[in-house]
Amino acid sequence: MSNTLIDSDAVDAVEPLEGDRDARVGSSFGQFAARKVGGAVVSMVMVVLLGFFAFRILPGDPVRTMTRGRVMSAEQLAAMKHQLGLDKSVLQQFWIYLKDLPQGKLGTSYVYKRPVSDLIMDHLGPTLLLTSIAAFVAIVLGLWVGQKAAWARGSWFDRTHTATALILWSVPTFWLGLILLLVFAGWLQILPPGGYDSGDGSTGLAHVLDVAQHLVLPVITMVAVTYAQYLLVMRASLIEEMDAPYLVTARAKGLREDLVRRRHAVPNALLPTVTLVFLHLGGLIAGAVTTETVFSWPGLGWLTYSALDGPDLPLLQGTFVVFSAIVILMNLIADLIYRFLDPRVRAL
Amino acid sequence: MAQVWREFRRSRSGVAGLVILLVVVALALLAPVIAPDRLLDVTQLLDNPINHPPTWQFPLGTDPSGRSVLVVLLWGARVSLLVGVVATVISMVIGTTVGMAAGHFGGWTGAALMRVIDFFLVLPSLVLAIVLASVLSRSVWTVILAIGITSWAGTARVVRSQTLTVDARPYIERAWALGAGHGHVIRKHVLPAVMPLVMANTTLTVGSAIIAEATLSFLGLGDTSKQSWGTMLKLALDSGAATGGFWWFILPPGVAIVIVVLAFTLVGRAFEAVINPSLRER
Repeated sequence: MSNTLIDSDAVDAVEPLEGDRDARVGSSFGQFAARKVGGAVVSMVMVVLLGFFAFRILPGDPVRTMTRGRVMSAEQLAAMKHQLGLDKSVLQQFWIYLKDLPQGKLGTSYVYKRPVSDLIMDHLGPTLLLTSIAAFVAIVLGLWVGQKAAWARGSWFDRTHTATALILWSVPTFWLGLILLLVFAGWLQILPPGGYDSGDGSTGLAHVLDVAQHLVLPVITMVAVTYAQYLLVMRASLIEEMDAPYLVTARAKGLREDLVRRRHAVPNALLPTVTLVFLHLGGLIAGAVTTETVFSWPGLGWLTYSALDGPDLPLLQGTFVVFSAIVILMNLIADLIYRFLDPRVRAL
Repeated sequence: MAQVWREFRRSRSGVAGLVILLVVVALALLAPVIAPDRLLDVTQLLDNPINHPPTWQFPLGTDPSGRSVLVVLLWGARVSLLVGVVATVISMVIGTTVGMAAGHFGGWTGAALMRVIDFFLVLPSLVLAIVLASVLSRSVWTVILAIGITSWAGTARVVRSQTLTVDARPYIERAWALGAGHGHVIRKHVLPAVMPLVMANTTLTVGSAIIAEATLSFLGLGDTSKQSWGTMLKLALDSGAATGGFWWFILPPGVAIVIVVLAFTLVGRAFEAVINPSLRER
């Protein structure tokens, strides 16, 4: 049964690449790249449109929501509408939004009273720090365990690791975070419960160590829920390679089993995996929303969470556009890298 | 149908998942009988200790307002399961319709629909769901809608490729030759052919919809007056249960989510293996 589970995952996982096969045949890299870039641009335009209209067309009056529970006179409401630019027609607002976007202007936050782009720049750093470390650890761990598990398919090592991965996959990210918080910050009190640093004004190495200490729990949380998919993909694609004739040749040459795996099977199995790693990176950034909320890590995810209370619509709109842009870019890179890496595809 | 069941029964983990689900659904339906809703009314529970560890009277302890965690957990199952199932139905209907249309109609329509599917596939669905849930009023239906609207792309993609293979088969050509229109071909031939696939996908999607509900509720986008496993965890975060060491308030909702999601996954996989024998062979 567990094999069924894993192998069908691989089918799902590799499918996006297969889907392109008919389109790939007989087109040069230039044409291929142009089509992919074109697709990404279309997606980006759709994000920009959705980012604007989702916040305008949907029912609900932002001013009413913001002033929920407060007594406001009609004049005050009108003044607030004017200040936020909500008294203009939707088309006028859309024009202003389009004009500002290329200059990197995303409006002004209702709550912070600062330009949204500044806020996003301020919080981008911590998110990149957290997600890049988590991604690195998850990829290394997932790929390493995945190839070990595939090579010893059906063994005790394989079964425990794939079962663990599957269970961790069913775990909501934020709950795992809460559990870690409970154990390490609540009971053992060996790690800080949240935040970016202790705010004790330390500098240099002391500060780096301080931040690193605050990073431990968020990184473990993100790694635990994401390494599973790398593991499963790596395991599945290595299993695909295991019956390949070139491995028989390698063994016939008298290579040690270890070398057959490391030099011959793994590099080939890495091809589809690398693409998927990039495809998932975007998802990882979205997964940062809950992790950062639990650990009060001052990144983009936490910023999004803080914008929900108002709701701070311009800020939400800004984070939505930026998150989506990052994800679309990652996907584009994944598409191009695959084409570049796989010589069989390049030759076509 | 009988044959499907016979095949399904052969998968031990699939049956185990199904049994777990039946028990959970029964408990959720019987919640008003097992634990009358006055046990949730905070004004009647002033005598109860707050944040109390498990005792005989409160097997899973009490929460910050003195309610028994076990009672809240039971009631939470109702909302969590309801949201998971209804959101999945919405997602399946959109996914199947768009997927069949994208596969069946070639040319501009198909290409444009494919672009839309790709767009929703790429977009981080949690972020989009957050946007939708924050703009609309806070209610269970908002959460259902937000999850349904953002989670259909995977289904649409699978349905589309299945539609393409079905459309190329000779019996469809025969139907055309006999004068069938688009409506007839889609309803009588394509839909029955993609249905098993959609059903298997459904059970798998319910699991992720339940996690999505928990996540949205945890971020405070759900209806705070209704108990769900997500709002329980939201309350746990807000009341500092983690740093306070109130494990009895954090563990149960999460464990419940993991068990239910895992059960749905096991059933879905087993069902998938029944309709797609090639998966079973390996």
